[in-house]
Amino acid sequence: MLSLRLYVLQRITALLMAPLVLGHLAMIIYATQGGLSAAEILGRTQGSVLWHLFYGTFVLAVSIHAAIGVRAVVHEWVGVKGVVLDVVMWATGLGLFALGARAVWAVTFA
Amino acid sequence: MTSKFLKVTIERGAAAKNAQQVFDVPAHESQTVLDVVSWIQQCADPTLSYRYACRVGMCGSCAMMVNGVPRWTCRTHISKVLDGNAVTIGPLRNLPTIKDLVVDMDPFFDKWVAAEGMHHGGRTREHPIAPVDEKSAARIEASAGIECINCSICYAACDTVAGNPEYLGPAALLRAWTLLNDDKDEGRDAILAAVSGKGGCHNCHSMGSCTAYCPNELDPMSAIAGLKRETTKSFLGRVR
Repeated sequence: MLSLRLYVLQRITALLMAPLVLGHLAMIIYATQGGLSAAEILGRTQGSVLWHLFYGTFVLAVSIHAAIGVRAVVHEWVGVKGVVLDVVMWATGLGLFALGARAVWAVTFA
Repeated sequence: MTSKFLKVTIERGAAAKNAQQVFDVPAHESQTVLDVVSWIQQCADPTLSYRYACRVGMCGSCAMMVNGVPRWTCRTHISKVLDGNAVTIGPLRNLPTIKDLVVDMDPFFDKWVAAEGMHHGGRTREHPIAPVDEKSAARIEASAGIECINCSICYAACDTVAGNPEYLGPAALLRAWTLLNDDKDEGRDAILAAVSGKGGCHNCHSMGSCTAYCPNELDPMSAIAGLKRETTKSFLGRVR
């Protein structure tokens, strides 16, 4: 159900996410403590390649990591297997990526 | 022990829990769970099926669920597991029941084979015996795992096996790990491939029931973690 390839992919994305989650939390605390308005935040993030890369990588890692995790949960708890299990995994990953990418695009480019 | 009789519930039939039968069994000092089951078979109901052989914790035949926990019944004192003066005994979890307390061990042993849990020799009688350094890190790992008696208690305890029938399970993976660390075994690539498949070591969630319930105090969970490390190293080595 979980092959070596998926296992490695999930571990690598976990490694990527660890510093990104800390950075994200620090950013939330900084932005709210400092009393930045939405417009001020957007003023800093829009057009920034750095923020685009930061949250772009985050969204990609989350999509891959969560899709593989959901695959394991759905298989063990609901008994889904075979092609349907692959479809659930890809739908979860692509769905999360679409939602996340849309947000990253809005905050850093649009 | 306060009561002279024990209230023993046995889960009977081919489908456990469908037919529970209660027996009053005389209580004795130093009585094991296997003694209790044997008394029922010999003195109350000769049709009760169960399995045992050595009675001293070596053969791994007599494992059963005792109050929902997998145990070697020949080495478990009834006084340690009684709930008041009652106990419920059933067939091992995660394996098909043949009858009463006897389960079909085939899936368990088939997975040993699937995990390459056999010796992979490369030498003939013409070769010298492979030297084994008993102090090497690999040998220490191998020696820690070879006292497995194939009782299937870890397999019955494992929630990953319960949710994922393809999963090879702790005992088979522990055997693979001991062979991987054995200087006399030359099946490294075959073992790593076997434990990397769909039911391989990467399905383990490290919940640790195998290590918690192993009657010989072995540590399959750490062995599986070792397999995860070795397969990942080998995978990343191939990618580079």
